[in-house]
Amino acid sequence: MLTKQQAKLFFLVGTFVTFAVFIGLTIYSLRQVQTNLPEDVARGKHLWEKNNCMGCHTILGEGAYYAPELTNVLKRRDVNFVKGVLMSEKPWDLHGRKMVAYGFNEQQANDLIAFFKWVGTLNLNGFEKVDRTVSPLAKDRMKDQSN
Amino acid sequence: MKYKSQKVAYWFWALSMLLLTIQLTYGFIMGFARVGLDGLHQWIPFNTAHTVHLNTLVVWLIAGFMGAAYYIIPEEAETELWQPKLAYLQLIALTIVGVAALTGYHFNYWEGRKFLEIPRELDWLVAIDVILFLVILLMTILKGKKKSTTAWVLFGGLTGAALLYLPGMISFDSQVLDSFFRWWVVHLWVEGVWELIMGGILAFLLIKLTGVDREVIEKWLYVVIGLTFLSGILGTGHHYYYIGVNKIWLIIGGIFSALEPLAFLAMTLWALSMYSKGEKKHPNKLAIFWTLNAAIVAFLGAGVLGLAHTLPQTNLYTHGTLVTAMHGHLAFWGAYASIVFAIMTYALPNLTGRKVYQSVRGKVAFWLSNIGILTMVSAFAAAGVAQVYLERIMGYEFGAVQNEIKVHFWVLIIGATILSTGIILYIIDFIKYGLPTDEALEPA
Ligand code: HEC
Ligand code: HEM
Ligand code: HEM
Ligand code: HEM
Ligand SMILES: [Fe+2]
Repeated sequence: MLTKQQAKLFFLVGTFVTFAVFIGLTIYSLRQVQTNLPEDVARGKHLWEKNNCMGCHTILGEGAYYAPELTNVLKRRDVNFVKGVLMSEKPWDLHGRKMVAYGFNEQQANDLIAFFKWVGTLNLNGFEKVDRTVSPLAKDRMKDQSN
Repeated sequence: MKYKSQKVAYWFWALSMLLLTIQLTYGFIMGFARVGLDGLHQWIPFNTAHTVHLNTLVVWLIAGFMGAAYYIIPEEAETELWQPKLAYLQLIALTIVGVAALTGYHFNYWEGRKFLEIPRELDWLVAIDVILFLVILLMTILKGKKKSTTAWVLFGGLTGAALLYLPGMISFDSQVLDSFFRWWVVHLWVEGVWELIMGGILAFLLIKLTGVDREVIEKWLYVVIGLTFLSGILGTGHHYYYIGVNKIWLIIGGIFSALEPLAFLAMTLWALSMYSKGEKKHPNKLAIFWTLNAAIVAFLGAGVLGLAHTLPQTNLYTHGTLVTAMHGHLAFWGAYASIVFAIMTYALPNLTGRKVYQSVRGKVAFWLSNIGILTMVSAFAAAGVAQVYLERIMGYEFGAVQNEIKVHFWVLIIGATILSTGIILYIIDFIKYGLPTDEALEPA
């Protein structure tokens, strides 16, 4: 039968080994992440953070589920459409739910758009296609709609 | 109660209950916004409500854990707390930081990172407060007569939670790195060190409530937390599938996170078997109810509903949908809300000397809150599955889909009303116990 000492050993060894592997994998995968970003992308990211857009939207699938996922927003919407949303002085609400009326200026809107563009270029192991259209079924539907 | 200084626990729990009512209020604001009743939008937009909801949740649980630690550690170490006055100071500081942060959220003063919205300037105050808390506990353990496994595991979990707060304070230009390190806090808390805290509280309660030998209970405590870290650390990978990092996480995250339910299952089996083995059952039936509830519902919410979307093949579709909200509610409720209710329900009669163990109100509170949260979780499940199907498989627009599934948010509001009724009854009971008093001191 397992003794308390053995149980303790199991805990200590298991924790140490998995933690070491975790740190190793972290270093390995972070080496492949781009860190020197263009300035406008970084500014856009900070606007995103400062205004807590994540409190309504998701990006990379993270955030709140009240408003559309934005990773691929520039693939489904025109740049000017997005600009319109960001610069709107009145709460934007195409389908009934309201966005905060930020009324961003031209420069801020461009920075946010640069940020979305950059996010849109990431390799997301398949999620970049999922965003709103995922299955072959859905792809067929999209084709029908665009015709 | 055995030591006078344990009384400070009561005030942490009072703060905890206050924050819980705020959490529920802002939950309703979001629930109503989802059915189109968003009259508060101008003052409390959804992102403010969401942030307040999540931050009050985390802080009421942490205040609950702190109260638990101040109650448990003196009893385990067999000594009064080191410097109880500092513990009150620590409570006041925590309250001030909390009020400042919650106010700021209404004035666009925050960092838009889910769960970590507290602005960095205030983060430092949080850190100082938590260090003070840990020092008080450590000094108490060190000067105590006994150094129990339960006390060390509880202390270890709390220290780990404090250390893991630090990666959340770094600022990044890249959304990928931001997300990567956000999970070091969020995931390694709830699927790592918080489970140690839960395990420590659970061990203490099982020792007190079932009368089973401490050595047996603490042996299994090691097994549970061993399984937790073995699966949970590398299980972090289940958040790295689709955020722009290496493919290796699909395999690592998939395998190890699929093992995570084992830790929760072990916890359930541990509690149930100690309960059925126990020969000297404590008369505080309600505390036993909440304790077993924590062990069982944590497995359902975290283990079963977590497993439901943790494999990369499923998560590809459910990532960032209401399916996640379904899981988040039952996991937090089962594991952490329930364990805080359990320790409070056990300790309140001892702190106040009012030994009512069979209150009808308390029982109704238990059942209503559980039925309420299960109703809410079903509503999120229905809405989530429908959302995945309509939006991600059929390819309809987000906004159109949300309007289609609106009916489920009415069910959500009904569930939330049942839950809140239960919580209000619990708080009435809490108040009726009265204040803690030295007269409740038990002869050693
Ligand atoms: C209070 C919640 C809320 C906040 C905060 C918010 N949004 Fe929105 N946003 C919405 C909603 C709701 C929509 C969808 C409106 C509709 O289509 O009905 C939307 C739409 C958008 C769209 C268009 C997406 C599309 O597919 O049509 C963009 C782009 C956008 N938001 C960007 C942002 C940015 C950038 C921020 C932060 C500066 C932000 N939003 C903050 C609620 C919010
Ligand atoms: C009055 C009762 C409640 C209501 C109406 C409610 C409603 C909501 C809503 C609408 C969201 C936002 C989902 C989104 O769009 O992103 C949310 C998020 C959340 N709530 Fe609640 N909630 C309630 C109680 C609770 C309780 C008691 C807990 C914890 C035990 C809890 C934990 C959470 C968590 C963890 C999230 C984030 C979930 C995620 O993003 O996956 N809530 N809640
Ligand atoms: C008590 C323990 C747990 C709690 C409190 C909890 C809570 C949560 C919360 C709140 C989120 C949303 C986080 C965010 O978006 O910031 C989440 C996400 C997730 N959880 Fe858990 N969880 C627990 C255990 C588990 C377990 C054991 C598993 C796996 C078996 C799991 C699998 C997942 C997955 C895959 C996601 C990501 C969902 C997505 O892609 O949108 N969780 N959890
Ligand atoms: C996991 C279980 C469930 C799934 C997957 C699900 C899915 C769906 C879907 C796909 C729709 C059709 C939306 C549309 O195109 O009109 C729908 C509608 C509906 N659901 Fe559910 N549902 C579930 C559970 C429930 C539950 C538990 C209730 C009630 C308590 C409920 C009540 C309704 C009602 C009343 C409608 C009709 C809404 C309308 O057409 O306006 N569902 N559901
Ligand atoms: Fe996780």
